[in-house]
Amino acid sequence: MNARRAGDRGWLLEVDEPARVAAALRRAHPELEEVVPGHETVLVVGDFTPGDIPLDEIELPPPTEIVLAVDYDGPDLDEVAGLTGLTVDEVVAIHSGATYTAAFLGGVGPGFAYLVGIDERLVVPRRHEPRTRVPGGTVGIAGPYSGVYPRETPGGWRLLGRTDAVFFDVTRERPSLINAGDTVRFVPR
Amino acid sequence: MIEVVDPGLLTTIQDIGRPGYAHLGVPPSGACDPVSLAVGNRLVGNPPGVPALEATLIGPRLRFARPTLVALTGACESRVEECVELDVGRAVGGARIYVCVAGGIDAEPVLGSCSTDLLSGLGPSPLRAGDVLRVGAPGTPGEAAAASRTRVLRVVSGPREDWFASPEHLCSTEWKVTASSNRVGIRLDGPPLERARTDELRSEGLVTGALQVPPNGKPILLLNDHPTTGGYPVIGVVHSGDLPSAGQLAPGDVVAFRLN
Repeated sequence: MNARRAGDRGWLLEVDEPARVAAALRRAHPELEEVVPGHETVLVVGDFTPGDIPLDEIELPPPTEIVLAVDYDGPDLDEVAGLTGLTVDEVVAIHSGATYTAAFLGGVGPGFAYLVGIDERLVVPRRHEPRTRVPGGTVGIAGPYSGVYPRETPGGWRLLGRTDAVFFDVTRERPSLINAGDTVRFVPR
Repeated sequence: MIEVVDPGLLTTIQDIGRPGYAHLGVPPSGACDPVSLAVGNRLVGNPPGVPALEATLIGPRLRFARPTLVALTGACESRVEECVELDVGRAVGGARIYVCVAGGIDAEPVLGSCSTDLLSGLGPSPLRAGDVLRVGAPGTPGEAAAASRTRVLRVVSGPREDWFASPEHLCSTEWKVTASSNRVGIRLDGPPLERARTDELRSEGLVTGALQVPPNGKPILLLNDHPTTGGYPVIGVVHSGDLPSAGQLAPGDVVAFRLN
């Protein structure tokens, strides 16, 4: 495990399975201020020395599976079909046929999960000009990720459809519907 | 009760923010200059992290239902006065003025904090004319020295200094604070930092004070409402002890970095 400084109070750990390592660290060291998984890293902020964490010894509960009903009527379906050489029906079938894993959260804000596991045929670049307004609940893809915008924000992902799930609610015991390490499936409706 | 006669340019309620939720995408938020917040609160007899108003560049005009002890700290001449009406005025020597009232601003906490988070929309909305703010029960005022400020910020190299051709360039030049700066980040202008590699970095966790460098080579100093993960390489991170000074950088200021 390689560790890099992230300021005087933080470390950036380069690890395999960041979501799992982050969950293990959080469980073993509840006193840490922040433990934030990224794509290939875990950021740790607080009183911490890398090297003295027995990561392999920690048992974790199985991930939660989240199933999202999606209306596949997004504004970028035709464009994605054009970019990939697929039909719109094939784009929908391939996107909803995969099982995704939430690698990490962040980016546009609370509850936004970066989902990995997209079929290679659907890897497309983000839009050249981001939209100034993407409604909450919109399902998008960009590069190796799929995701759902939790609330209205600007956004550059290609938009495939929409769901009416609530992705972040501070009154719930788990405020974020999707947490790092969870599995996610999209079901057309 | 306090009536907002004029909200000024951007006035928000801030306390010490929402640490501990970055893994859910929740920014730390909170006062960008926590030392001035703590000093102001102490002057009016509040615990250091009680919610106060953070005014940006042009402060609000306020009317109090009864004479109320108020401290002004941060980018102004620090003072304590009993107010019925208050015109906070323009920021001097920084970007943010803290208006601390005896008893604190009484707002609804979200995830343990009353802070307005401009990135994620958590917490109360920025002040608007006609808003009425509640005030908590006052304590006993204390005394405190004014915070000192610096335009030379200590920086810890990395985590991605190896992505730049000449990372030492960060500390050998002076950077100008541009007008497109807010609580999410301070955009700096100067000779661009050249990348040593052009592939894309996979998104990783970010801390307040990180100097993130987008493809144009001009660093963005992340402040309290920053996204919790991002994919631009971070060349260095401002020392936590200098974050209150970073939180006072105003458009037009010149800032230098010194390797810690």
